[in-house]
Amino acid sequence: MADLQGLYQDIILDHYRAKHHSGLRLPYDVEVTHVNPSCGDELVLRLSLDGTTIRDISYEAQGCSISQASTSVMTDLVIGGSTDHALALHDGFVEMLEGRGTVELDEDTYGDAIAFNGVSQFPARVKCAMLGWAALKDAITRGRS
Amino acid sequence: MTDWEAIRADFPILKRRVGKSDLVYLDSANTSQKPACVVSAIADHYLHHNANVARAMHTVGLEATQAYEAARATVAQFVHGRAEEVVFTKNASEALNLAAHTLSSRLGPGDEIVISVAEHHSNIVPWQMAAQRTGATLRWFDVTDDGRFDLDKARAESLINERTKCVSITAMSNVTGVAPPVTQVAQWAHQVGAHVVVDASQTAPHCPIDVTTLGADLVAFTGHKMLGPTGIGVLWGRYDLLDSLPPFLGGGEMIEIVRMTGSTYARPPHRFEAGTPPIAQAVGLDAAIDYLSEVGLESIDEHDRVLTDYALERLSQVPHLRILGPTTGQRGPVVSFTLADIHPHDVMQILDSRGVAVRGGHHCARPLHERLGVQASVRASFYLYTTPDEIDALVDALLATLSFFRVPGSASKVHHG
Repeated sequence: MADLQGLYQDIILDHYRAKHHSGLRLPYDVEVTHVNPSCGDELVLRLSLDGTTIRDISYEAQGCSISQASTSVMTDLVIGGSTDHALALHDGFVEMLEGRGTVELDEDTYGDAIAFNGVSQFPARVKCAMLGWAALKDAITRGRS
Repeated sequence: MTDWEAIRADFPILKRRVGKSDLVYLDSANTSQKPACVVSAIADHYLHHNANVARAMHTVGLEATQAYEAARATVAQFVHGRAEEVVFTKNASEALNLAAHTLSSRLGPGDEIVISVAEHHSNIVPWQMAAQRTGATLRWFDVTDDGRFDLDKARAESLINERTKCVSITAMSNVTGVAPPVTQVAQWAHQVGAHVVVDASQTAPHCPIDVTTLGADLVAFTGHKMLGPTGIGVLWGRYDLLDSLPPFLGGGEMIEIVRMTGSTYARPPHRFEAGTPPIAQAVGLDAAIDYLSEVGLESIDEHDRVLTDYALERLSQVPHLRILGPTTGQRGPVVSFTLADIHPHDVMQILDSRGVAVRGGHHCARPLHERLGVQASVRASFYLYTTPDEIDALVDALLATLSFFRVPGSASKVHHG
């Protein structure tokens, strides 16, 4: 049994209770809907771009603490930055989640997202932590095309 | 008197631990655990009687064929039907797909199919696909706010009428444990000449099925929820109906003569069993039904009812817990609920850390969750090996969950007992 406190770190619970940037806002360039069919989690995410800069991300989500907190942290990290930077963060985050504890994220780059390290010990919950990030990647890809 | 403790001892997995806790397995509606005798029967078949069926003419081939057909006879006896009315599939989903696919071969625009909002996805999606393919219209039985079948509404809107060709409903919701009035619905459907399919996946493990009085034309259930192995399901069908239906999957064993210009098909049940069937699984299901019959389904039904009543009583004492479906009256041994606004995944995780295995999500019944106004739920389900102590462990774990997520006002009003 992996460590429950490691999964539900205070940072995660804090983001879950007070989700950053939540709610759907105008204007936006792309809207995507992502679901996690096994648990019914649903996320509608809007991306607003200014050239290659992410001007805003707004969202409405129903889901578990891990998926909600992860989406909240993600918006903190990528709003105001470039889409390339966001995609690079996405890839590193996926690598960490799938690494079963072997991959450590750089705290300066990833901030609160390093708290999701514990999720990598719970393979059933990796999808939850990925929901917001997968939606972001999808939205950026569509926004570019 | 049944010795339930001795029964529990027949299930080796129930002795295992999860981390530092005893396993408390409350997910039997998802899949049941297996008694050692079922596993031994499968092992014995593979180790001593393994061969392909029907086409192998040698001694072991004959033994395998006899074992497979004996399982068919056991299932037939279990539902009070005839052996040639029992089709083996890989699971209940395949059985329902078979039903929907073959019955819908007669449908076209203007025809109506009726299902219910309380169905498992496996009794929704095949009919949606059938409606799409044929142009038929899909209509729905609604439920009341507490999850009971709304027959009054159905009557008021003439849900079943002369355009209705197929009615497919569950014998028991896998979320609320509500058992719809199947026989009544079947009578109504038969009055207009519609065929009736019943998804008995949740009832087959717990209460006797009698196809001579149920009123269904086709009945689907699965082996793995009734102490049997995965990989085997059953479609029972009235023989004259089965005999009039076209094949589902094509392949070996389902044919009569294959020519390059076309083929003719075997009679039921083999018409619907293309390819090498689940032979060892049939042997395992046979052993499972023997085991259930030995304990007695009436005793199991009674045991499960007492336990469900106890669970409903204990769970109603947990603060911020909302039970989906009726909290009184007869209902099957599944209890789904929400706990404050804690997501079911999170509840499941805390419970799992204490060895309590439940299901969190929409349990393949998203429309019903939507109808009851929740996104997802936690589900605890019970079977013949479940004990009151395990219900207590569930309640303790739920209280711990409330405190873990610091839900205000969750101080316990629960008496331990």
